Amino acid sequence: MTWTTLKTALADQSYVASDDLAMALHLALSLERPLLLEGAAGVGKTEVARVLAASRDTKLIRLQCYEGLDAAQAIYEWNYQRQLLTIRAAAEDGETGQSVEARIFSRDFLLERPLLAAITQEQRPVLLIDEIDRADEEFEAYLLEVLAEYQVTIPELGTINATTKPIVILTSNGTRDLSDALRRRCLYSYLDYPSRETELAILQARCPDVEAHLGAQIVGFVQKLRGEELEKVPGIAEMLDFAAALMGLGVADLTSDPAILQHTLTTLLKTQSDQAQVTTEVSQRLAGRAA
Amino acid sequence: MSRVTKFAGRDPGPAARVAGFLAHLRENGLKLGVAEADTALAALTHVNASNPSDAKRALRAICTGSKDETTQFDALFDSYWMDAGRVHSKVIPKSSTSTAQDNVHSSRDAQGEAGGGAGEATTPDGGDGEAESDGEGKLVATEVRNLMRKDLRELVRPEDIARAEDVARRLGAALRDKRSRRRIAALKGDRLNFRKTMRRSLATGGEPLTLIKKKRPDRARKIVVLCDVSGSMSVYAQVFLAFIAALLRNDPDADAYLFHTRLVRITGALRDKDPMRAIGRMSLMADGFGGGSRIGHCLARFSETYARKFVDGRSVVMILSDGYDTAEPDLMGTAMAKLRKRGCKTLWLNPLKGWRDYAPIAAGMAAALPHLDHFCAAGTLADLAALEQELAKL
Repeated sequence: MTWTTLKTALADQSYVASDDLAMALHLALSLERPLLLEGAAGVGKTEVARVLAASRDTKLIRLQCYEGLDAAQAIYEWNYQRQLLTIRAAAEDGETGQSVEARIFSRDFLLERPLLAAITQEQRPVLLIDEIDRADEEFEAYLLEVLAEYQVTIPELGTINATTKPIVILTSNGTRDLSDALRRRCLYSYLDYPSRETELAILQARCPDVEAHLGAQIVGFVQKLRGEELEKVPGIAEMLDFAAALMGLGVADLTSDPAILQHTLTTLLKTQSDQAQVTTEVSQRLAGRAA
Repeated sequence: MSRVTKFAGRDPGPAARVAGFLAHLRENGLKLGVAEADTALAALTHVNASNPSDAKRALRAICTGSKDETTQFDALFDSYWMDAGRVHSKVIPKSSTSTAQDNVHSSRDAQGEAGGGAGEATTPDGGDGEAESDGEGKLVATEVRNLMRKDLRELVRPEDIARAEDVARRLGAALRDKRSRRRIAALKGDRLNFRKTMRRSLATGGEPLTLIKKKRPDRARKIVVLCDVSGSMSVYAQVFLAFIAALLRNDPDADAYLFHTRLVRITGALRDKDPMRAIGRMSLMADGFGGGSRIGHCLARFSETYARKFVDGRSVVMILSDGYDTAEPDLMGTAMAKLRKRGCKTLWLNPLKGWRDYAPIAAGMAAALPHLDHFCAAGTLADLAALEQELAKL
């Protein structure tokens, strides 16, 4: 498989990948290395993993990182309640301590969390580690170990080796600098806001009902809007919401009704000051230039 | 004609060229190890390496690790591989001088004479330069930019840094965040730690006799310092710069900025292992030191750019300034409000507050006041040390 066939495979799932991204994904697949994706919110980082899993017809295992995420939630945990009950029941039946111990520390009593689940699948899954920058540095270090060895050591059970190496995709929004060690371990791709042509292709792939004229207007408008000084710049997801809103309201031309355009801006502008800044005059000026 | 670089006939082969390319990247500041060369070669076998744009994309995914490097990469790639048919004779550069940059040794003696500045760090003296020509204590915001470069090394001496380090360490320890969401095992705590309790219960035949708890651990807060180095502040610069240098040497998470008419991030420069060389690098960046002040403008810029990336709910933003601004006060108020919205604690250390009868009448200072968690005096190192008690309460 070459990177162009991968790009077409993603396009079949309505995901328009840039050449750079397709190449990075292709290498991550063929070299079996994790891929680190960075970029602004709403440029389709998480979506890549979902679409990749769908195109390869495999499972997507997602680990959403947050501050305070620890091994118990990311890798594995023993089912304590069940263990306690078993110990009680065994005491009444007069079972010996050793056999109870062997039983309660077996795979049946193990709760698999995403990282362990990802390395014990039969078919290579896609493991999405979302917003890695939100997790603590300690967790990042542990993750490095798992990604390097593809094995998890459970003291009571021994080492579990990967049956298949998962396809690992990490995303980051840059709220904290990631360690150089993690960056070095991964391949890297930076996703920027798409060019006009790419964004138009995305709109056509996702909302095929939008007419060419309106589609060009929507994309032009959003691209112009990104040039304004906004607190929260609208991403691709917002652009698609905007298009859906206009379609739902039966708008055929952006410049036809200033009031409706202003109302639909709620799909693009997500803070109060941004909404105050883009007044009817501004939106009309942008819409006029976008046409 | 193809733009691709031609290689000399005695060239050892593609592997050496790729290694040479990695050396070329390394010389230009990208952090790459030996393993990357291996990966790069492996990657080229998976793509059509004879197509320059494919090879470029593949190598970019492997050799870069951040947005800045990605933008830098294209030019570096072109300069090595697309040299318009010119013959590239030397593939691998001689192992070179570039490593010398990160050398701890410097020609200067550790306690050296090079410092040379007058006065004790703990007591601001008359100072020199512009503040003096204004006369002692006449603190008027000046709009002119002092374009003369000032060597900050004349202001800060190594022993000052050593003393400031002690203060910085204590302040860092006092600023703890008690709101962690993660819990760790502890004897006293608010929740049961099942994992540990179960393990312990095996010793007593499955009866959980000793209950292990877990609690929220204290976390260090991230300290972000913004230091005013405009003319009116230059008498205090000695203390504050030593403090900042010490803070950054101690705390790997701390972040520092200088501002006068512009805002400069100095964190990178101050991370140097040699304290005096760090100060030297900082003075190169602080071009315009001792000039006018545009606090509101700089704070606004900070809250719109760096703060978005580096300030979060666990940060403490410390502003060292006298609050004399030439811009309109509203700008300062809105900038502070915006900064505060990021969830950080804000702390303003004003050297003038220690004066008798001081009232924050400077319009900018008055506008910023409602957005501060703490507003206190600090002009000397002793003042900074005394802050420890106050900060522990934050």
